[in-house]
Amino acid sequence: MDKTISSVAEAVADIPDDADVMIGGFGGSGAPIELIHALIDRFRATGSPKNLTVINNNAGNGFIGIAAMIKAGMVKKMVCSFPRSSNAEAFNEKFLAGEIELDLVPQGTLAERIRAAGAGIPAFYTPTSFGTELAEGKPTEEFDGKMYVRERWLKADFALIKGEKGDVVGNMTYRMAARNFNPLMAMAAEKTIAQVAELVETRSIDPQQVVTPGIFVDAIVQVSEPEQEEVLVRTGVVY
Amino acid sequence: MSNFNIMEDKLSNAQIAWRAAQDIDDGSYVNLGIGFPEMIAKFQPEGRDVTYHTENGVLGFGKAPAEGEEDWDLINAGKKAITLNPGASFFHHADSFAMVRGGHLDLAVLGAYQVAPNGDLANWRVGSKGVPAVGGAMDLVHGAKRVAVVTDHITKKGEPKLVEQCTFPLTGVGCVTRVYTSLAVLDVSEGKFILREKLPAISMDELQAVTGATLHIDGDVADLTVPENLK
Repeated sequence: MDKTISSVAEAVADIPDDADVMIGGFGGSGAPIELIHALIDRFRATGSPKNLTVINNNAGNGFIGIAAMIKAGMVKKMVCSFPRSSNAEAFNEKFLAGEIELDLVPQGTLAERIRAAGAGIPAFYTPTSFGTELAEGKPTEEFDGKMYVRERWLKADFALIKGEKGDVVGNMTYRMAARNFNPLMAMAAEKTIAQVAELVETRSIDPQQVVTPGIFVDAIVQVSEPEQEEVLVRTGVVY
Repeated sequence: MSNFNIMEDKLSNAQIAWRAAQDIDDGSYVNLGIGFPEMIAKFQPEGRDVTYHTENGVLGFGKAPAEGEEDWDLINAGKKAITLNPGASFFHHADSFAMVRGGHLDLAVLGAYQVAPNGDLANWRVGSKGVPAVGGAMDLVHGAKRVAVVTDHITKKGEPKLVEQCTFPLTGVGCVTRVYTSLAVLDVSEGKFILREKLPAISMDELQAVTGATLHIDGDVADLTVPENLK
């Protein structure tokens, strides 16, 4: 078995219009910038993929990554917990102009909905958001004297994730807090595409170090020395 | 009448944070909300071993690194660079919020727009305009053994932030257990604000006048005293 793909362009080549795409990362840590930019390159060259629903904790920063996707006009909807970051003009402008939809999900609920999808659990109950406007229209139930809100799993067609080390069968490790949503999204998408800083031979990652087992990963591409979103935002890079 | 001038004599945010920090127990796991509550870590009393949790998957983080030494894979929920203390750990987002909702944290401290005596908290948006963003606030108010709020006692316009009923969109119902304000410390219990401490210079009547809900007294009301010139 070999899941290796030779370039980021090839890795994202079959993502179609209207796809639901999970993108790993929290702010800039763990954001698969090169995979995102490869998707933007394809859109600029071919007009596709467009009308994407993007699932991420945020809605992009600065003029790169998800913000650049939004600016380019590829995204019809964001599913996220915190779109209002300090450099989120790309999303803010489109949202306030009514040109992009927003599905706002509390952060822990977003994580658990993604995990549940990956684990084959269609719904679950959580105390989060009970009694708030984000629970409107959702079923509630009392368990042991406390009220809970029913939430559905959240699946996607594709997940773009970023790891530190990976092998040809898709086993992955993560660097520090860049783990965040990446292992969850790897489980929840029909097809998971991973970029790793170091792609190694099978059986050379210590099994005890593997965080995402290869069963959750469909395609893996090496991007050595990946760009760090925070650095790009701080230096004002425009993609 | 005393000469209490609320705008001049109230505690600064640093002083409120200092007071909240005195109640952090040795050996506890704590989540401090983005912004003002983060300041509390700075005033953690000497000799207490506290482990800080951040939603994006770190337990046991320490101070900010020196400028130029940031590693942007090592950040907190406010996306600021952090460092690790010995014994730190990393985990994914579902585990991180299992720690929150699962009742494993001892204390969560958040900011507030409004708090009501039934424990309701409004702290995520003030109306229906603009871009809404909730982050982890609605999760953090559930599960920690104690959910505390640090806040100015009144808004910049002078309106009470402690109110009979929240009018801004709720973050959580019945979740707050203690409030540290610029004038007082209150417990939230059985549908009441119970006054525990107040600034010595403010009278009960003056404090009640700037509070939008009834203040209850149950036992002694101690003097709220904090160091001067905290930054």
